[in-house]
Amino acid sequence: MELRPRSFAGQLKADQLNSLIDALLDQGYRVIAPVKRDAAITLAEIRTSESLPQGWGDEQQPGSFRLTDRGDTEYFGFAVGAGSFKQYLFPSRRKLLDIDRHDMSMTKVEDTEKPLAFLGARACDLDAIAIQDRVFMGSDFVDPFYAKRRNECIIIAVNCHRPSSTCFCTDAGKGPECRSGFDVALTEVGVDDDHRFLVETGSEKGTALVNNLDLEATTEADDAARQEIIDRAVAAMQPALPDTDIPALLKAATESPRWESIAERCLNCANCTLSCPTCFCSGIEDVTDLDGTHAERWQTWSSCFTMDHSYIHGGSIRRIGASRYRQWLTHKMSFWVDQFGMSGCTGCGRCVTWCPVGIDIREELRGFAGDALEATTNEEATA
Amino acid sequence: MLDTSLSPLPPVVHGAGDPMLPVKTRIVDRKQETADTFTIELEFENGSEFTFAPGQFNMLYTFGTGEVPISISGTPGTSKNIVHTIRDVGVVTSALSGLNVGDKVGLRGPFGTYWPIESCKGKDIVIAAGGIGLAPIRPVIRHVMENRDDYGRFIILYGARTPEDILYPEELGQYKSNLDVEVWVTVDRADRSWRGHVGVITTMITGAGFEPEKVAAFVCGPEIMMHFVIMNMNRLGVTNDQIYVSMERNMQCAIGRCGHCQWGTEFVCKDGPVYRFDKVEHLFNIRQL
Ligand SMILES: Cc1cc2nc3c(=O)[nH]c(=O)nc-3n(C[C@H](O)[C@H](O)[C@H](O)COP(=O)(O)OP(=O)(O)OC[C@H]3O[C@@H](n4cnc5c(N)ncnc54)[C@H](O)[C@@H]3O)c2cc1C
Ligand code: SF4
Ligand code: SF4
Ligand code: FES
Repeated sequence: MELRPRSFAGQLKADQLNSLIDALLDQGYRVIAPVKRDAAITLAEIRTSESLPQGWGDEQQPGSFRLTDRGDTEYFGFAVGAGSFKQYLFPSRRKLLDIDRHDMSMTKVEDTEKPLAFLGARACDLDAIAIQDRVFMGSDFVDPFYAKRRNECIIIAVNCHRPSSTCFCTDAGKGPECRSGFDVALTEVGVDDDHRFLVETGSEKGTALVNNLDLEATTEADDAARQEIIDRAVAAMQPALPDTDIPALLKAATESPRWESIAERCLNCANCTLSCPTCFCSGIEDVTDLDGTHAERWQTWSSCFTMDHSYIHGGSIRRIGASRYRQWLTHKMSFWVDQFGMSGCTGCGRCVTWCPVGIDIREELRGFAGDALEATTNEEATA
Repeated sequence: MLDTSLSPLPPVVHGAGDPMLPVKTRIVDRKQETADTFTIELEFENGSEFTFAPGQFNMLYTFGTGEVPISISGTPGTSKNIVHTIRDVGVVTSALSGLNVGDKVGLRGPFGTYWPIESCKGKDIVIAAGGIGLAPIRPVIRHVMENRDDYGRFIILYGARTPEDILYPEELGQYKSNLDVEVWVTVDRADRSWRGHVGVITTMITGAGFEPEKVAAFVCGPEIMMHFVIMNMNRLGVTNDQIYVSMERNMQCAIGRCGHCQWGTEFVCKDGPVYRFDKVEHLFNIRQL
C-alpha cells in the first residue's frame, strides 16, 4: 500500500489516555468501550482507561472465542468482541409508548440517556454504523430515537493491527484502516519503547475534543509507524470471499440444495443475527398491567431465524430452516445492495465466531461459487 | 395525482411527526358482514380528514393487544370516514371485532403503493378477488363505478368459500344490475339455496371472454389463488405487465424499518403491497422467500 502523508492532530502518550476519557466525561458523554468480562471481550460503560482490556488478546475461530494474556501494556490489541455499538444506538429492547386505557392517550417514551462516546470503534464498526444510518435515517421515515443518539454521539476509532482469523473486512468492508465515519481516530504505536497514540480528527466535533488535550507534535517517522500498523493488519487477513459477483451469485442460487446442507448444521439459534452489527429487524410487543388499565408497546430485536418473523395468519412463510438461512445470507450479501445501495456485511466476523456450530459464511459463499463454476464447466463440456 | 410508476405516495405522518405513533380514532359505525367478517368506520378524534389511494393500508391498534395491517376499503380520496373490512382470524382482529361504536382504535397510515386507477383509464378493468381479498380492492370498484365513462368494460370475478361468506352481497348485486358491468361470483362449496357458480375462480376467467390487449387486471387473494388466476389470464393473452397483485406479509412497522415484510429485495409495506406482476414474477415463483 502506498504511503499517504498524514496530518496528525498530534500524539497522546499512552499514560495520558485518561485525559481523553476525562475530557469526554467532562463534556457529559457516557463512554462505551471494550472491556474484559467473563472469558470474552465485550462493550461496557467505562470511566477510566484501567477498565480497558490492557494486555489481552483474542483468538477467534469459527465457533470459538478465546482470550489470550499477552501480558504487555497494549490497550487495543484484539479484534472485535461479541457485542457491537449497535446495542447502544438501536437497543435490543426499548419501550416506545405508554398507553392509558381510559381515553387511550399515548405517551411517547423520550430518550433520557446522556450522549454516547464510542471509544475503540474499529473500521468494521464504522462501516456498520454507516450501514445502519442508511437503514434508520436514510428514508422518508427517520427513526427519531436512533437519529437523536446518532447525532449526539462521538466516535473515537482505533486502527486495527491484530485482526483475528474470522476477520475479513479487507474483502467485505472498507477496513482495516479507519478512513471515514469517525470524529477522532487513534493508532496505537510503540508499545514496547515509546507507547503512544497517533491522533487524527475526522470532524469538527473531534477537533474540538482534541483541542482540549495536551497533544505533543508528531514526527515525520510517525506516518510510517501508522502505515506499518495498517499493513500488518492487511497482511494478517487471508482472502476470504470468492472473487465473483456475490449478489448475483446468491440470486442465482435460491433453489440450490446447498441451503439444505447448511440447514442441517444450523441450530436456528439466531446468534448470527443478534451479534451482527448491521441486522436491523425488530418486532413490537404489546403488554398490559394486571388490572388492564395501562398498556405498553415495546420494540425488541427480532431475527429471521425464528418462525414468528414471517408469520401470517395460516402459518409462517419461511417454514423450513433452509429458507430461513437463505434469507439471512441472501439478505446480508445480496438483497441489501438492492435495498440500500450497499452490502449488509462489513466482514467483522462476529457471526462466524459466535455461531455455536461454527458455520462460516466465507466458506459457504466459496461453496456457492464453486457450485456455480462447476455448473458452467459442465455446461461448456456438454455444449 | 396517481402516476403510472406505482412509486410510493409521499409519506403522510399523522402521529405528531413520528410514524410509529398511532393516532386516536373513534368507531362511528360497525356492521357485521358475514359470520367472521365485519366493517368498521373510523373518524379521527381531532376531526382531521384522511386521504388515501385504493390499495393502501393502515396499521390498526387495539388497546393492549397489538397492531395489524388492514387495507382501506372505502371510496378513495379524501373524507372524514375511514372504512375497514376485517376478518376475525386471531388475537388482534378478534379484539377489533369486539369493539363497538364509540370505542377507540389507534391508527397509523396510510401506507404503501396503490392500484393504478388513473393510468388505467380507457382500459377494460378485470378484478379477480378471493375471500377477504375483495376488501382491499373495493376502492377500485367504487372508483370505477363513480367514473364509469373513464373505463371500458368492467368485469368483477369473485370467489368465496360458501354463499354465507360472500362479502358485500348487496353492493355486488347493485353493480350487477348495471348492464355494462359483469359480476361473476363463485363459491367453493354451495348449499341448497345457491344457484350460481361452484368451483374455483379460475374457471370463470375463460367464461369472461375479454379482449386481452385492452385489459388491466387487479388481483387480490391468497397467493395460490393469484397464481392460478394469473396463469389463466396469461393463457388468454393478458401479459404480466397488465396484471397487478397485492401481497401480504407480516408487518410490524409499515415504514420499511422492522424487516418483517421482506420478500426478497422488497419491503412489501413500502415497495408494495400492490405490484405490477412482471416486476415481481421472479420472486413470486420462489418458495418460502
Ligand atoms: C397489506 C395488508 C393488508 C391487509 N388487509 C386486510 C384487510 O383488509 N382485511 C383483513 O381482514 N385482513 C387484512 N390483512 C390481513 C391481516 O393483517 C391479518 O389477518 C392480521 O394481521 C391477523 O392478525 P391477528 O392478530 O388477528 O392474527 P394472529 O394469527 O393472532 O396473528 C398474530 C400476529 O401475527 C401477525 N400476522 C398474522 N397474520 C398476518 C397477516 N395475514 N398479515 C400480516 N401480519 C399478520 C400480526 O402481527 C398479528 O398480530 C392484510 C394484511 C396485509 C399485510
Ligand atoms: S454478516 Fe457476519 S461478518 Fe458480516 S457484518 Fe454481520 S456479523 Fe459481521
Ligand atoms: S432479515 Fe435476517 S439477516 Fe436481514 S436484517 Fe433481519 S435478521 Fe438480519
Ligand atoms: S413492515 Fe416493517 S419493514 Fe415492512
